[in-house]
Amino acid sequence: MTDMIEVEGVTKAFGGIVANNDITLAVPEGRITGLIGPNGSGKTTLFNSIVGYHPIDSGSIRFEGAEISDFRVQQIARLGLLRTFQQTRIYSKMNCVKNMLISVPHRHESYATIFKTYPPEVTEKAERLLEFVGLYEKRLLISGDLSFGQQKLLEFAMALMNEPKVLLLDEPTAGINPTLINGLIDRLKRATREFGITLFVIEHNMPVIMGLADNIYCLSNGRVLAHGTPAEIQKDGRVIDAYLGGHHAVDSEESD
Amino acid sequence: MTSKRVQILLHGGVLAAGIIAPLIFPNYTLQIAVLWVMILFAMTWDVMGGQMGYNSLGNIFFFGAGMYTCVIVQIGLYYDVAKYTAASGMITVNFTPEQYFTGLALGMIAAALVCAVLAVILGWIVFGLRGPYFAIGTLGIALAAGELFSAWEYVGGGGGIALPVYPGEPDDRAYFFYLLCFTLAVVTFAVLRRIYASRFGLAINAIRDDEEKAEGMGIHTRRHKTVGWCISAFFLGISGAIFGNMIGFIEPLEVAFPTVTFGIFMVVMALLGGKGTMWGPVIGATLFHAFKEVTWIHLLGWQWVALGAFIIIVVVFFQQGIMGWIQDKRPHWFGIVVDEAGAAREIELEGAPRRTGAAE
Repeated sequence: MTDMIEVEGVTKAFGGIVANNDITLAVPEGRITGLIGPNGSGKTTLFNSIVGYHPIDSGSIRFEGAEISDFRVQQIARLGLLRTFQQTRIYSKMNCVKNMLISVPHRHESYATIFKTYPPEVTEKAERLLEFVGLYEKRLLISGDLSFGQQKLLEFAMALMNEPKVLLLDEPTAGINPTLINGLIDRLKRATREFGITLFVIEHNMPVIMGLADNIYCLSNGRVLAHGTPAEIQKDGRVIDAYLGGHHAVDSEESD
Repeated sequence: MTSKRVQILLHGGVLAAGIIAPLIFPNYTLQIAVLWVMILFAMTWDVMGGQMGYNSLGNIFFFGAGMYTCVIVQIGLYYDVAKYTAASGMITVNFTPEQYFTGLALGMIAAALVCAVLAVILGWIVFGLRGPYFAIGTLGIALAAGELFSAWEYVGGGGGIALPVYPGEPDDRAYFFYLLCFTLAVVTFAVLRRIYASRFGLAINAIRDDEEKAEGMGIHTRRHKTVGWCISAFFLGISGAIFGNMIGFIEPLEVAFPTVTFGIFMVVMALLGGKGTMWGPVIGATLFHAFKEVTWIHLLGWQWVALGAFIIIVVVFFQQGIMGWIQDKRPHWFGIVVDEAGAAREIELEGAPRRTGAAE
């Protein structure tokens, strides 16, 4: 199994705060990799570094074996490495179908195609993906008028429309009600299984990430604290101290 | 009545009105011609301000640049421009009709192309700016251009430059320029309508709604912004070329780069009608121009006060504009509906695309 993303010794500081300190991790192809850690542990900073939102201070980031740490956001996105945002971001004044259409992959766009319209297959595909996330009947509504959870689903559908190889999801279930969460987890798994998309997920909801991920990295104070399968992470004393909370940990260790 | 028929009637009606209006009101030919220029102003401003979310206050720059480009070509083809302007109107060059129309045609083409190129160059500088900084940056360009041209003796400096005289009757001249303005506005409308329906339209809307997200999704944001401004500049350049010839005399501050009048009007007109819509700028420009003409006749002395009050009312109370207001009240007219029938459709994953599926 090959690694889609290889992060090696990445350090990123903002002023005096070292948000990422010598982080090394790998995201294997076709799997769901989790990223957990307390608030301020550097998870979102790492995502931003990977997709090129800011330059890193040192280290190396490789995507499919090629160095991408010097690339800009758009170039990285066109390679097939995409991220969604913690604060959901959609095109709020356009309807859902248009949101989907403009999310097609842009790798092959050029000045020659700029004034072309989208062929019917693309619209069909957009509608199928809207069905997939359960927004088909609302596809003609202005996306900004949808509920927060629905916007999140739309953003996920837009990401799928882009046919990424790897998708970084920043807290996909934050702010979504429990019923929708189950549906979303199911769809995330299907995205990997059926569309072959590798997922790298930041998540605070422990039951969700434990049930979703194949392996998990835990960050703390900008460093990788632990790495392992969900079961290993749950038992890891350092993770428990730093994140899961000491008193729970004692219980769970004893009950195991 | 289907929306298709409404569309045909609407477009046909406007076209017919445009052709007939100066024949019915021959005394107002020039005013109506200016109305078409105003509509063009609002439409071209809306490419950036409405559809792309980049509020340019300096689009008037391309109007003036087109005007000067055209006159330089018109005179330069047959005479020495420096000598012509140095004599400040004392030399009358008698252009033959053939020379006149050749010069005008080539001048318009040159104006369009030069302005498009200027948009690329300026875009390269100002597209790093966002929000209010972009607005002020572009405003600076227009203001600076006025001053620069005032100091540029080759094109007559602050004293201005007289255009070649139309070879024909005054009435024919008025109708000729009227038709040019009208045709240009119609062509601009048709072109914008076409490109808004393409992926370009979606891309610039995406930039308007969330540029960072658009970048994150791999959209070529810079390319789309530049092309958008080029299209604006292209048509504004031609409008400047026509307008200069219609007025007959170019001067930098009042005619070519009227930043605080036309430059602001184009923003107000698009806002009034509803920015980011196809018909909003057209409606806004028509109402605004009518209001302006009426106050200039009936409230002389107070016309600027009335216009200022009007602008404040528009900005304070009609931020979405007329089309935006209608869309808010009657969303189904714009196809914004819940598709109840669609709820029954089943999710069939087999049909869903794979990663490597055909997107193009």
